[in-house]
This record gives sequence, structure tokens and C-alpha cells, in this order.
Amino acid sequence: MQDLKAQLVEEFGKGKVVEAFGELTLTVDTADIIESCLKLREAFFFDTLIDLCGVDYLTYGQSDWDANASSSGFGRAREEQGDKDRHDKRFAVVYHLLSVRKNYRLRVKAFVNEAEPIIKTVTGVWAAADWYEREAFDLLGILFENHTDLRRILTDYGFVGHPLRKDFPMIGEVEMRYDEKLGRVVYEPVSIEPNINVPRVIRK
Amino acid sequence: MAEIRNYTLNFGPQHPAAHGVLRLILEIDGEVIERADPHIGLLHRGTEKLAESKPYNQSIGYMDRLDYVSMMCNEHAYVMAIETMLELEVPQRAQYIRVMFDEITRILNHLMWLGTHGLDVGAMSIFLYAFREREKLIDCYEAVSGSRMHATYYRPGGVYRDLPDKMPQYLKNDFRKPKELETMNKNRQGSLLDFIDDFVKEFPKSIKQYDDLLTDNRIWKQRLVNIGIVSANRAKQLGFTGPMLRGSGVAWDLRKNQPYAVYDKLEFDIPVGVTGDSYDRYLVRMEEMRQSNYIIKQCIDWLRVNPGSVMSDDHKVAPPNREAMKDDMESLIHHFKLFTEGYCLPEGEVYKAIEHPKGEFGIYLISDGANKPYRVKIRAPGFAHLAAMDEMAKGHMLSDVVTIIGTQDIVFGEIDR
Repeated sequence: MQDLKAQLVEEFGKGKVVEAFGELTLTVDTADIIESCLKLREAFFFDTLIDLCGVDYLTYGQSDWDANASSSGFGRAREEQGDKDRHDKRFAVVYHLLSVRKNYRLRVKAFVNEAEPIIKTVTGVWAAADWYEREAFDLLGILFENHTDLRRILTDYGFVGHPLRKDFPMIGEVEMRYDEKLGRVVYEPVSIEPNINVPRVIRK
Repeated sequence: MAEIRNYTLNFGPQHPAAHGVLRLILEIDGEVIERADPHIGLLHRGTEKLAESKPYNQSIGYMDRLDYVSMMCNEHAYVMAIETMLELEVPQRAQYIRVMFDEITRILNHLMWLGTHGLDVGAMSIFLYAFREREKLIDCYEAVSGSRMHATYYRPGGVYRDLPDKMPQYLKNDFRKPKELETMNKNRQGSLLDFIDDFVKEFPKSIKQYDDLLTDNRIWKQRLVNIGIVSANRAKQLGFTGPMLRGSGVAWDLRKNQPYAVYDKLEFDIPVGVTGDSYDRYLVRMEEMRQSNYIIKQCIDWLRVNPGSVMSDDHKVAPPNREAMKDDMESLIHHFKLFTEGYCLPEGEVYKAIEHPKGEFGIYLISDGANKPYRVKIRAPGFAHLAAMDEMAKGHMLSDVVTIIGTQDIVFGEIDR
């Protein structure tokens, strides 16, 4: 792995490669994701894209107690909170690469901003990216430029919102039921209250 | 001349061959598939979102419900991710128990696959035979965790408890004759290990039976040979792992190539296919069952002579024993803390993958230092496989789609998450 790390540092620059828990993470610029991925596939033999996912860093490092603990504790869920500084790096697209040939792995990260969460698709580099990108679009609303078929994949037909975003409530926004009078299924705002059973705490 | 148009067929979501809730939109020209568009997500439960709102230990149970025919393997990846971040030492005995149950799970999964795949393609009796053996293995699950399916047996730091010394027996009732009861309980006289040992001895005979039924069966071959061929390079491009990749001739198995737990101390072979068609994948999985059987045998031998602890004694992560809590203040505090708040992971991210019966099952865990994960991404092998449905089914007949669904070993719990 140290060989790979040295080569990556040489190719992409020192600050871009991080080693932690025995794994390598490479951060690349969003603008040249395709070039970087092609380079990784051709020169570093990463023949398989194992996983692609989006991450929303909106509330990273925030615990429930500094947000809205009242004297009566945690009856209700916390209010929406967000880190203002993160807006231009709110989302990350994380690629997990595997080289079957060389038997090593690499994690590649590219950040996209909140206003325009757009990144170029890597379906041309690894065909497996197709559905993973659809999933990241569905669950986090990250847009993949030039993707030929960017439809929702996991959520319901006609679903509104992106459920894995940190500002999407756990209980969802709408609930549905069958309406006798109208003779069809209707959607209504959720009637249940959000609740936190175990508050999120950060202990260093 | 009349205008000839393609026909669009809706397949599923409620269809016995759809393995759960797959909805396929098929564009067919006569009986030839032009395009297959799988619609998934009908079993989406938001596991990843739910896991973000719970302390680490409370999500282990969700892992069982992902791929609900290979429960413990899913848990294994999850607890391994947590252990890596905590740099937690897992006792050897727990590792062996995990490996043994991983392989039991592999057989469980492959039997389920074999039975349903056979059923889809038209072989009825194999289903019944496969479930006969599954029953015994599910009993092992029950003996060790109290649950026949959703075990929650693996915990960060080890396994929930040691293997039981007594295998539960069938009870007397009005419908069972004493003689019958005796035969039913014959292999349940000793410990769980004795029971599994007996299974391991008998199982090769069962595989022989499946072999006799299917391997040279003319109809079986007509339905499987040359259906859904994927070349080795294409399989890698498409993100295939597990038997799907090995069926295409790539000798890649995480148990060998990137060993975890105690796989590096065990002997086993990796079967690979040649042509990459459904029949090769069938042969690969059959051989995997034999290899799993062999691994289980080695684990039994080791576990018999190496008693010891099965749980880490770091009580920040693993609960202290109940007796100690009665008169030890510190144990009581640990217990209280663990079950109210849980434990915090250091800040960072980790991706841990295991060789799941279906392929590479991975957990990508991001922690910001809290007692709940910041983000959990579950890498399900079936997701990548099903994504290749269009490519694999193109040009085949409608009936072959069923074979391809079967050969991909689709389970919607993990695909939809």
C-alpha cells in the first residue's frame, strides 16, 4: 500500500492523499474528475468501481446537546441546523475503487457545493457507476452531468425531496392513505411528531 | 404491410419469479428482449437514514434485514467496520465462531438460491431438498441466538454468547410417535458443535443429490448453458463480485485476496467458471457449498479444543457480565452508559468489505466522533448485479430473463436497503 501511496502522491500532490485506518483516501478536484478517474483506471489499474455514494456534510461534528436541549430534555427532535461554512463543500461524492489485478483499494472523494451540486458522470469510465449515480441523485440530489438516464431509483414514483440530506426529516414530509370519498390514495403532511430517543453526543 | 411494433411487458412486482418485489419493464420484439428496465425500491426502508439516528449497536439488527437470506454475513461487515475504527481486539474464538457462521450462512444462502433458481427454471423437487438442509442450519441460528432469521449475534468485540453445550431437541406431542421422535432427536443429543459436525458429515451426500438432480439434467442445461454470458473484463467493468465474477473466470475472493477474521488460517479453494454463463455460476456456487462445508469442519475442530472468551473485555464497547454488575460499581456504570448512550467512535471514515455469499458486501462508515454514525453506506452486491440486467438480458428470450434473475441471486432486502 505504501508503494501505491507514494505513486499517488507523486501523481496528485502531497496534500491530496490521506492514510487512515489502513485505507487511502484521495481527494480530487470536482472539475477534473473524469481525467483523474481515467488516470486511476489506466495507470493505477483500478478496474472496478466497487461503490459510489454521496455524503451530506451539513451537520458534521454537531451534537444534539449544543443545538437545542431544553430543561426538559429531548422530547422533540432538534430544529434544523446547519453549518454555514460548509455550504460550498456541503456534498461529497465518494468513489470506492478496487483493483482486482493489483489487489488494492482506494477511496476517491470529490466535493460539490450546495447551490450547484453538479459533477460529471463516470459512467464512461466504469459502467457500474450508472445505478450508483442514480442512487446518489435520488437520495442526495447530486446531479451527474452527461448521465444518460438520471431517474430516481429507490424512492417512490413521484417522490419529492432527497431523503439522505441532513435537512430531510427522519419521519419524512408526507404520509399517504386511501381516501374513501375520493376513491384514491391521497398524500398529506405527516401527522407524527419527530422524536429523539438517544441524543447524539460527541466525546473526544 | 402492417406496422410491427415492439411490445412492452410489465413483469412483477408481484411475480413468483421476481424474487421479491422486482418490477421489470421489458421491451420485447416477439419473444426477444430488446431492453430490460428494472424498477427497484419497492422494498426501500431507508436503512441508511435510520442507522444515522441510532447508536451503533442498535443498527446491528437492521443489517440482518438487508440480505435476509444471509443475515450474519451482513452483521459481520458492520461490526468489522466499527471494530476497525475502535481498534478493538476480537478474541480468536469469536473470530472462529464468526467464520463458522459466515460459512453456515453461505450454505444457507446458496441453498435458498439453488431452490428458488430451480423452481424458477422448472425443477420443483430441488426446492424441497434444499429446504430440508436449510432447516437444520436455521436451527443452528436459533440455538445460538434465539432467532431463526434475524440473529443479531455478532457484536462489536465478538459474538453475543458462546456456543451452547446442549442442542435443543424436538418435544413430544400427540402427532409424533416416540420412535419418530427418537430419530428426529438422534443428532441433537450433544452440543451445537456435535450437531453441526453431524451436518457437515451428511451434507456432501445432500450435495451429491442436488448434483444428480441438476448437473447433467438435460432440461436444466438447456435453460442455463450460454444464458447471460458476461466476459471477465465486462464483469469487472460492471462491478460484479462474488460468484458472478468468479463465474466469468476471475479468481477473486476477499477471503483469500484480502483475508479478514481467520480466513488466512483456513484451507479452502476458490472455484472459477470458464464461459461466464449461468451454468458456470451454478457450478461455482455448488462448489462453494462444498468448500464452505470444509471450512466449517476446520472451524469445528478448532473450536472443540480452544475454549475461551468470545467477547472483548473492553467494557466501553462490550457489556460487562451481569454478575459483576451486582456488586461492582464500575461495571454498573459501564452497563448504564453503554445502553443509554452507546459508545463514540473516533472521527474518520472506514470501508470494510467481506465476501458475502452474493459478492462483496461493504459498509462505508463515516463518524464525526459521535455515538451515532454520521453516514452509513451499504454496498450491496446485488445492486451492481441487477444493474447489469439490461446488458445480460438483451437478445435473450423472455423465459431466459427468469434464468438471469435467478443466476444473479437477487434479494431485495439488500438492493433496496
